[in-house]
Amino acid sequence: MLMKVLVIEDDQQAASYLAKGLKEAGHVVDAANDGKEGLFLAGSEHYDVMIVDRMLPGRDGLSLVEILRATGNDTPVLFLSALGSVDDRVKGLKAGGDDYLTKPFAFSELLARIEVLVRRRSAAQPQTRLAVADLELDLLSRTVRRAGKSIDLLPREFALLEYLMRNAGSVVTRTMMLENVWDYHFDPQTNVIDVHIARLRQKIDKDFPTPLIHTVRGAGYSLRAPQ
Amino acid sequence: MKAAIPTLRLLRTTPFRLALLYLGLFIISVGVILGVVYRSTAGFLEEEIGATIALEVAGLQDQYRSAGLRGLVDSVRERSGYSHTNSIYLLTTPGGVILAGNLSGWPDATAGPGGWTHFKISDYGGVNNRPSTAMAVSFVLPGQFRLLVGRDMSELDQLRGRMVVSLRWVFLVTVVLGLGGGLLLARGAMHRIEAINRTTHRIMAGDLSGRVPRGGGGDEIDRLAGNLNAMLDQIERLMTGMRQVTESVAHDLRTPLSRLRARVELALIRETDDPEVYRAVLQDTILEADRLLATFTALLSIAEAESGANRKALEPVRLADAVRLAADLYEPVAEEKGLTLVTDIRAEPTVRGNEQLLAQAVSNLLDNAIKYTPEGGRITLLLEGVGPGQSARITVADNGPGIPADMREKVLERFVRLDTARASPGNGLGLSLVEAVARLHDASLRLEDNEPGLKVGIVFPPDAA
Repeated sequence: MLMKVLVIEDDQQAASYLAKGLKEAGHVVDAANDGKEGLFLAGSEHYDVMIVDRMLPGRDGLSLVEILRATGNDTPVLFLSALGSVDDRVKGLKAGGDDYLTKPFAFSELLARIEVLVRRRSAAQPQTRLAVADLELDLLSRTVRRAGKSIDLLPREFALLEYLMRNAGSVVTRTMMLENVWDYHFDPQTNVIDVHIARLRQKIDKDFPTPLIHTVRGAGYSLRAPQ
Repeated sequence: MKAAIPTLRLLRTTPFRLALLYLGLFIISVGVILGVVYRSTAGFLEEEIGATIALEVAGLQDQYRSAGLRGLVDSVRERSGYSHTNSIYLLTTPGGVILAGNLSGWPDATAGPGGWTHFKISDYGGVNNRPSTAMAVSFVLPGQFRLLVGRDMSELDQLRGRMVVSLRWVFLVTVVLGLGGGLLLARGAMHRIEAINRTTHRIMAGDLSGRVPRGGGGDEIDRLAGNLNAMLDQIERLMTGMRQVTESVAHDLRTPLSRLRARVELALIRETDDPEVYRAVLQDTILEADRLLATFTALLSIAEAESGANRKALEPVRLADAVRLAADLYEPVAEEKGLTLVTDIRAEPTVRGNEQLLAQAVSNLLDNAIKYTPEGGRITLLLEGVGPGQSARITVADNGPGIPADMREKVLERFVRLDTARASPGNGLGLSLVEAVARLHDASLRLEDNEPGLKVGIVFPPDAA
């Protein structure tokens, strides 16, 4: 999936690191060094996703996104910030941001997040049923079937699988799962997510010839249909 | 050490200003009292003199009635003949010829209120033969003869003069005493405040051990000194803590950083064409960097919990939900390690708190319990509601090795890890965060013996809801 990304970041080094990484991942990148330039680019071209630093000279990231939203621009926005408190994150989301990432971050984390943001935007209709290959999940009856066989899941396992299926084909990181399934905005010391994924695999993949849940080294997991 | 305080500064002090104000009021009241004393004393003497003159006049009138003009002339001559008398007489014919008396002529003054005439005299053979003032009353007798009877007032004048002089002294002494007292008072207060100022200057210069001397009288300056000392104790404690943290951070981050550096350096030295070797080194480097970053994140979380700003952002948190979520997250992890995690929710209390930080505290406790309890062990996560002295209590108990009683305080400090814990991964910040979160919620953190094992309780105060 090729994306056109706008990076609004005043730190030159961070901006070129982002641009380089995104280009290597096969995406097209425009970069702006301050809020004014960023606002101009965002208004004059179409982007799939914007990466906005919260602290910018000229016009800060928060008000920039507020203006974009007020003028009807609904391009997904991921905020980058050195401020990591829950309060700052809530402010960022209130201003119209779609996700919030605290510096320093792993590039794989950033990449996974913007891909999920773009995909989510393209499949926005509410769904009652999710399906990946022969795996089906019914959100109304809260049942899961694979190859027609019913699978019993605990409520939290169901929520985790739902999140993976909604983002099928994308990489989801451990942090993204903690944030979206548990609403935990901190990293527990142990890799708790790995244990949960292992359990889910036991139920979803173990008795079937083709595994659907894949480990992505150095990033996280991905649920996808075999090619 | 009583350093000289410049007088000019003394004059600007509050105690001196108060003394000055008080002195002003005092001077006014003393002035009024002295004025009243003067007027009543002098007035009384003047009345006395008036009464004496009236008696004399009555006597002369008797004489005139019984012995006629001749008798009166004799009588006046006789009375004014005494040397050193302070009585004044003058009897004249209608034409102004002096018949008798000790005045050389009719005084050149008109009668004032009550018929009294006040005038200056210089030439009668009176008390002291020097000019003085006199007070007299005059009559016109039948046949237009005129009679004046009066009294030399010099004694009264002298008395008045002396009174004015002594009243002036009293006044002066009052002012001097008041002013001196004010200065003394100001100096006393100033010295104590100067002592406080000197201590604060010394502390600002870097000597944190200085304390304000206390008088022991228990007055407001003493209380101020006491509060200042308490504040200084708190600051010193914080500073010491800060220094410890900085030292620990430096120490605990240097070790992994030097490890990281050594690994990269070794990879550079080793000359190989196998890219897999470099890849492995890079991956290790990232892992090590991530661990370092996690340590920083943990430190920042503690700082976040400790910052006062968070106090304002507290919102009602349903503890049962938070506990269920944490149990839900850790239950598989415990099971994986062959442990039993039992969740026992006995009430559904709500407290004012920070949901994320509380969740982090509970997961840190569970994380610790899972990490240190050997296989086959049992961990209990308990939530209780209102009880004696508490509005809620979260308890995490395990039957692992526990923490020796003398180390329970110590393990709350940042980076402190028991020797027995060094083998397992961790940064020694988990319990520090729990403690900071507890403090943010005014809750107390209790580390107890679970016989065997460790029992950690976060006890919320009765008014936490």
